[in-house]
Amino acid sequence: MSIWEYANPKKFLATTERVMPTLWISSAALISVGLVWGFFFTPDDYRQGSTVKIIFLHVPSALMAINAWFMMLVTSLVWVIRRHHVSALAARAAAPVGVVMTLIALVTGAIWGQPMWGTWWAWDPRLTSFLVLFLFYLGYIALWEAIDNPDTAADLTSILCLVGSVFAVLSRYAVNFWNQGLHQGASLSLDKEENVADVFSNPLYVCMAGFVLLFIALVFYRTGTEIRARRIKALIARERLEA
Amino acid sequence: MIALLFRDLKLALRAGGGFGLGLAFFLIVTVMVPFSVGPQSELLARIAPGVLWLGALLACLLSLDRLLALDWEDGSLDLLATAPLPLEGTVTIKALAHWITTGLPLVLAAPVLGVLLNLPVQGFLWLLVSLLLGTPALSVIGTFGAALTVGLKRGGLLLSLLVMPLYVPTLIFGAEVARRGAEGLAVQTPLLLLAGISAASIALLPFASAAVLRVNLR
Repeated sequence: MSIWEYANPKKFLATTERVMPTLWISSAALISVGLVWGFFFTPDDYRQGSTVKIIFLHVPSALMAINAWFMMLVTSLVWVIRRHHVSALAARAAAPVGVVMTLIALVTGAIWGQPMWGTWWAWDPRLTSFLVLFLFYLGYIALWEAIDNPDTAADLTSILCLVGSVFAVLSRYAVNFWNQGLHQGASLSLDKEENVADVFSNPLYVCMAGFVLLFIALVFYRTGTEIRARRIKALIARERLEA
Repeated sequence: MIALLFRDLKLALRAGGGFGLGLAFFLIVTVMVPFSVGPQSELLARIAPGVLWLGALLACLLSLDRLLALDWEDGSLDLLATAPLPLEGTVTIKALAHWITTGLPLVLAAPVLGVLLNLPVQGFLWLLVSLLLGTPALSVIGTFGAALTVGLKRGGLLLSLLVMPLYVPTLIFGAEVARRGAEGLAVQTPLLLLAGISAASIALLPFASAAVLRVNLR
């Protein structure tokens, strides 16, 4: 039993199809519990009022925006090193999910920032690096779409993902240097004295767990679709050859 | 390697090579800026370092799709790939030729355009230094982008989309050096970081470019 067994598309499809209902249901349950808990059963913040509650969408989506790219980095590496097609397809499947998560984080952040900071957008390091991440996602997806040969596309996009990761991290710290921020620092760390109060952080953790499961379910689902699309292509090619 | 460099330079300099196009683009962008933001010399002096950096970056970007595409079309890239020179060396030379024909003229033209934008006197030196250190990174990163999109028809727009985010750190530090220089502040930190980005890009990116090119030539 090793993780490489799932490089076999058949095995991958069988297993993901078995776990996917559980994933869908538990992510839906966690997100709805977390959001209802967060929206209706937490007090208003003494300074931010009820606008603080957008945190239950903002933080989980931002978390997944970064982790989706990280997952693409890992699967790209697996493709480059071990050349498992499922891995490349998983990276391809994760990119649109990641770009949507980035967009949700940016939009909810703007909606939150308007009443709190008095502006929809500021060239704050965190905001800016998310915008740059968004551009990286767009470029990555555009490159996948532009190339016909699937193997070439997988190779080129994985190398772009590797190089892009380095530059994305570089940009993250470069923008720190370039402008001071409005955005608060990390406030869910284990090693910090001051964090978000428990009344807010508990439903937030539930939402985050829900988003993680949602992401996994979406990636499994989309990877399955990609695998089937490729099978159909192979079938059509075979039929043409026979006819 | 040197023969290849001279070949690329010759091709770029002769008619139809597009030498000077980037330079002319840089000139026109800089000239258009006062038309769009107004002729107040104070405002122009403040935005001059950033405008010059952005203009240089765009001019660099503009010339990228010719970097490998012409050799790809007439098949000489296949010959270069089978030559004894490793592909990493080839792309490095290509980037160097691109820098000499595009980056270096931009660096030399920037102070002249700085006069047009009313750049403060103390800013000229640091503008030159920052461009001199930063444009090699632009060429090397651009070569990677050109290698990614070389096999594509109409790859030009995609090339810009791919390369622009990669240019972000270079632009931030380069423009910061120029800005601080113009305002008479200490430039050491961003200067060192800019030099670091250039050095690391030159050292590492040719491997990525060569890998990508091998995939495209497969």
